[in-house]
Amino acid sequence: MMPLDRLRLLLGGLAGFGRALLGSLRDLLPIIVVIGGFQLLVFQQPLENVASVLVGLALVVIGLTLFVFGLEMGLFPIGEQLAYALARKGSVPWLVAFAFALGLGTTVAEPALIAVAAEAGKLTGGNETWQLGLRLTVAVSVGVALVIGVLRIMVGWPIEWLIIGGYVVVMALTPLAPPEIVGVAYDSGGVTTSTITVPLTAALGIGLASSIRGRSPLIDGFGLIALASLTPIVFVLVYGTFWPANGLGE
Amino acid sequence: MQSTGVTSIPLAEIAGDLATALVATCRDVLPIAAIILFFQFVVLRRRLANWKRVAAGFVAVIAGLSIFLVGLEVGLFPLGEAMALQLTDPGFLGAGENPGWWRYGFTYLFAFSLGFATTVAEPALIAVALKAEQVSGGTIGAFGLRIAVALGVGVGVALGVLRIIIDFPLPWLMVIGYALVVLQTFLAPRSIIPLAYDSGGVTTSTVTVPLVVALGLGLAQQIPDRDPLRDGFGLIAAASLFPMLTVMGYAQLAEWRTRRSRPASSAEV
Repeated sequence: MMPLDRLRLLLGGLAGFGRALLGSLRDLLPIIVVIGGFQLLVFQQPLENVASVLVGLALVVIGLTLFVFGLEMGLFPIGEQLAYALARKGSVPWLVAFAFALGLGTTVAEPALIAVAAEAGKLTGGNETWQLGLRLTVAVSVGVALVIGVLRIMVGWPIEWLIIGGYVVVMALTPLAPPEIVGVAYDSGGVTTSTITVPLTAALGIGLASSIRGRSPLIDGFGLIALASLTPIVFVLVYGTFWPANGLGE
Repeated sequence: MQSTGVTSIPLAEIAGDLATALVATCRDVLPIAAIILFFQFVVLRRRLANWKRVAAGFVAVIAGLSIFLVGLEVGLFPLGEAMALQLTDPGFLGAGENPGWWRYGFTYLFAFSLGFATTVAEPALIAVALKAEQVSGGTIGAFGLRIAVALGVGVGVALGVLRIIIDFPLPWLMVIGYALVVLQTFLAPRSIIPLAYDSGGVTTSTVTVPLVVALGLGLAQQIPDRDPLRDGFGLIAAASLFPMLTVMGYAQLAEWRTRRSRPASSAEV
């Protein structure tokens, strides 16, 4: 490799890292503005442990930057290519298998889900197996959601009926589940779809909708994320019913 | 979490946590690597164009996720708890043992500001909003959509906090929200519906979620007679529900304005 090429590659990498850093800072900035505003104007006193919290926030920014930078280097380009290639290939079994595996694999590594599971785990006495079980349950449910979503795009079911039907199932399960799991279950719907899952899922949905004739990317391409926010509620309610977290409220 | 002084930084603890996080993270990232490689080599039978780059990417993903998780424990979780502590401090509220819900004005304001501010600048939302503007031919404005989603998240978090304070059951809040979503679904323009449903999910960023969850749990710990596990969760759920309502409402408003101003030539919203 020519030295010039190598330099160009290095500069390209640095630019990518800089972009990722700006992105994580932009995520954090509104939080700092709101909290800083409250500290200065409302409480008029500094936070407790401010040095330690600042170190933690710096770690959050560095970590998220590296994470997103790494995703953009490897996982995202390959994942998007795969999603488009499989959508064009039109093999239904492989497409379904890919959708399930994608939902499962990306959700297990989703940082926001790890955070919620960790907080729920602390309250249930730090039961590691229960925490991991919770994350796996959510991951499987996102896999199922993407399968339903892909089939929906191919068959052309209206999204409204799936979502409304899902709500009905959630409402039917809620009174049966132990009250301690309900909040965790509802929240796990919102956290499944952040850093990793959204870009890959959107690529799958829009790629599929644009490769099938008669499908509009706006009406059919979106909607996967909505499904992926709904099925975790159902699955976690069931999980909490059959496997209650022990040592509640200790 | 033991309370340390203002200046002390638990460095040894951080290093230990980092080692633990690295092991756990490898386990978490492995499945997605295996899936991608399987489909690449076995199903599509394609070579990986740039495997060194991809390998470096995975190393960065694992290192980044580990550092993020440690930062979560040292920074974001304590921050959310500390804010909850300050907001519910009896001296700050200026009330006795069991203050009424109306005394928590700053808590609602904080919850709304946090939800609104973190959402309006969210890159994922900006991308989706631009796409929606393109596909809808300008009927749905990107900026208006962003404001609609951010208002939805702010109102959602604030209502979720109100729910914890007045001890309103979370399922009821969700039932009312869902009922409104179903009603809106029949009234709103059809093309906005999948986008509106999705806007609930894309709004909660990786930095916001841990902070909001810690805030909810902190509030449930501070307010008398609340159980963190039963009452502390649900803020994220509320934050994911209300954007659906505001986005469909915004689309109705945009459609109504377009229809009303159609005789005039520039029907831009």
